[in-house]
Amino acid sequence: MTKNADLELVALTKRYSGTVAVDAIAHHFKAGVYACLLGPSGCGKSSTLRMIAGHETVSDGSILLGGKDVSHLPPAKRGTAMMFQSYALFPHLSVRDNVGFSLRMAGTDKVTRDRRADEMLELVEMTALADRKPDQLSGGQQQRVALARALITRPQVLLLDEPLSALDPFLRIRMRAELKRLQRELGISFIHVTHGQDEALALADEIIVMNDARIEQAGPARDVFNAPKTAFVARFMGGHNVLDLPQGKVALRSDQMIVMPAKAGRVDGRITGVEYQGTHVALTAQIAGSQDVTALIPEAQFFETPKAPGEVIGLGWDDIAAHPLAS
Amino acid sequence: MSRQITAWLQAAPMALVMVGFLVAPIVMIVIVSFWGATEYSIYPAFQFDNYQFLFGSPVTYAVFLNTFKYAAITWALTLLIGFTVAYFLAFEVRTLKWQIALFLLCTIPFWTSNIIRMISWIPFLGRNGLANSTLISWGVIDEPLEWLLFSDFSVILAFVHLYTLFMVVPIFNSMMRIDRALIEAARDNGASAAQTLRHVIIPLCKPGIMIGTIFVTTLVMGDFITVRFMSGSQRANVGRLISNDISLLQYPSASATAVVLLCTVLIVIALLLRLVDIRKEL
Repeated sequence: MTKNADLELVALTKRYSGTVAVDAIAHHFKAGVYACLLGPSGCGKSSTLRMIAGHETVSDGSILLGGKDVSHLPPAKRGTAMMFQSYALFPHLSVRDNVGFSLRMAGTDKVTRDRRADEMLELVEMTALADRKPDQLSGGQQQRVALARALITRPQVLLLDEPLSALDPFLRIRMRAELKRLQRELGISFIHVTHGQDEALALADEIIVMNDARIEQAGPARDVFNAPKTAFVARFMGGHNVLDLPQGKVALRSDQMIVMPAKAGRVDGRITGVEYQGTHVALTAQIAGSQDVTALIPEAQFFETPKAPGEVIGLGWDDIAAHPLAS
Repeated sequence: MSRQITAWLQAAPMALVMVGFLVAPIVMIVIVSFWGATEYSIYPAFQFDNYQFLFGSPVTYAVFLNTFKYAAITWALTLLIGFTVAYFLAFEVRTLKWQIALFLLCTIPFWTSNIIRMISWIPFLGRNGLANSTLISWGVIDEPLEWLLFSDFSVILAFVHLYTLFMVVPIFNSMMRIDRALIEAARDNGASAAQTLRHVIIPLCKPGIMIGTIFVTTLVMGDFITVRFMSGSQRANVGRLISNDISLLQYPSASATAVVLLCTVLIVIALLLRLVDIRKEL
């Protein structure tokens, strides 16, 4: 894809009578990126996606796709396509007719649209079920059909609204691998809304963490996880301790905590819990100011010098592991 | 064994009600339809005279045809109005509170009796009624319109007025079950409002349309009072044929007509049900 398919949000705002759902956010999505909008429910991520799709009016600011302002175009004229959370397949149409729906609306003849629908169904490996109705399909199969229906319009950007939330955990992991494969094959941008940080980490080239109608942090998945800029991001991404130390708040990855004898580390803590997690053991300790700290220790290392609740330990870390947090 | 008895006992009350109030009267009507009658008496018999007379008379065919005409025109108009009203309630009114309020507003006329709602048209449509005098005062017409009252027009107008709600309710119910994401999905796929209506909303409303159709056709085909009042006894349908026979104490002949009407309506419903599967709606 050319650089033309970059998607840019400029001071994008959504107001509902009185409340601000999206507060002047700005972001540049490069063409061909797999981006995840991540945040708790009510943070504005879905409103943002729906504005990009054209299913929600823009209160202020604009959306540029390939350098063209698409903020006020109808959904089908934007070069985006949306995959809905509940898939929104037409229950009265067969799988093939669902996929070919947009071509039918555009007036394409039946032979052409069936051929193109079959091509799309082959891409998502659903050729065998083309004549079924949606209610005769499993959740994963419905999702493939929804994907094919969105992709048949040859969008530059595919928008996915919590696409995996309706699936069981096993299927979720399989489908997410498939989404990634498709995105790589097609080379178009995927913008994927989710509240699951594991999903975002597994899929995204770029993660945009949202909270309270604003973008808290945006960047490559590894940067966002390793170097959270705010306490919110550190807590939401998980796997971090947020400590209030004399020099200010810092984020420390639990697996980079070093357990040592009392008085030897930077802080002392009393163990409040020991949890065996298979590959690791999670030690919870309370340090000064009744702050809870979790240390994730490889299990072999833990069982060399086992600890029990009530013991006092020292906790240390490398300077490079401590990330100072804003506010 | 005891479980079987329990099941029979559980089904018994409903079965008794159905037998007593549905099956028995129909059986009785069918039996009486084979009886004989003179000017002053009826006598038990098993003869086909009533049916022979019924099928031999050109009046029967004319009246049945007229009944079908009323049913078809009323159906088309109630469908058009009912669908539009239901569409407005379901898709244009945004909040549930307003949907319920407006829906209740539709039902308010039903707090008065059918007859009152019918009769209230008469002063409006009469020769010197409100409609004629207004049109004359506006200069639209010079003479009062004669066809406004006691005509097919007034009969159908009253039918539409009385029965549109029976079309609104099932269609509204079907529309409320349509996932709003489907409408967005259609828009996302480039469908215009008219295309969404034609390719998504109407197909998904078919069961509701069918239930409304059954209500309206059976009500119109079985009616006699509306036709009598609104046509000033100048038009006839099958219901009036039966009611005339009854007022002349010709019960066997009335029964025979009733049996034929019942069969006709059942055939119409059977045909309609072949078109659309309404089971999932019930």
